Amino acid sequence: MTKSFGVVLVSHVEELAFGLYKLVKEGAADTSVTYTGGTDEGGVGSSFDKIMKAVNDNEADDIYAFYDLGSAKMTLEMVSEMSDKNIEIMDCAFIEGAYTAGALIQSDNKKEVIDEQLKPLIIK
Amino acid sequence: MTLTTDETRQWLLEFSKRIQEQKQYLSDLDQAIGDGDHGSNMARGVTAVEDMIKDDSLTKPSEVMKKAAMAMISKVGGASGPLYGSAFLDMSKIIDEESLPEVVEAGLNAIKKRGKAELEDKTMVDMWGPVVEALKTDTLTQAFIEETMEATKPLKAKKGRASYLNERSIGHLDPGAVSSGYLFIAMIEEVGKND
Repeated sequence: MTKSFGVVLVSHVEELAFGLYKLVKEGAADTSVTYTGGTDEGGVGSSFDKIMKAVNDNEADDIYAFYDLGSAKMTLEMVSEMSDKNIEIMDCAFIEGAYTAGALIQSDNKKEVIDEQLKPLIIK
Repeated sequence: MTLTTDETRQWLLEFSKRIQEQKQYLSDLDQAIGDGDHGSNMARGVTAVEDMIKDDSLTKPSEVMKKAAMAMISKVGGASGPLYGSAFLDMSKIIDEESLPEVVEAGLNAIKKRGKAELEDKTMVDMWGPVVEALKTDTLTQAFIEETMEATKPLKAKKGRASYLNERSIGHLDPGAVSSGYLFIAMIEEVGKND
């Protein structure tokens, strides 16, 4: 594995998650970024199974997870409780938070530095 | 008195039946103050619950309840998935040893923790909270559950999609409190009827 942390993106909408993934990868080429959005049927919502898969598919065991709205957070919490990985659910602005975390992980910053720079982006 | 495996199964099957019968009504309630999918989301969840708990190899109430939890978590797709799922999961942890008031209270606490909601936020908590109190005083009836559903009408929503409506959320029933009401009506019907 190349980096100490991975990033997981969870949206209510699949395309939104994919769009943010493209953006985050711009600043985090060697960082493991996985994403998911929507329900199992592809509708608007969240899927426990899809979020679990995004977590499992991520190369890192220590993960910063970002979400868009409340029920994605609740589902993410359930995944986090049942996963063996260490998942930090960040209440940050979805786009700014994920991009910042990706770029900071990419340039090998320590956890304290990453957390400190994410702090002003906490909005929920 | 603890529940039997069969009571637990019958309770959840009756809950499923009621949700499927009221699917359109629940979505209509949700249309007024939310995104209109509570009925279809819940119906998808309880259909999965039915499939999971039919398994005859489940021999303890906790096993049945845990299967139901996983079905709700995996299949609902909206906020009620993790909420019902967390409730059922925490209930499954004590249902083999504790009696109904404690079991339902464990569910209530799980919902509060997951949804960060309190009484009078116009959520499921406004059904689960009063039901726990009524169970403790042995005063739970179907009429009480129906009154408790009605009591969500004048509340202003403070959590979930309905909270964006502010004052306009007043005057509508909370769909999550109503679907939870069906859970407890099913419980009255199926738990203890063979005593």
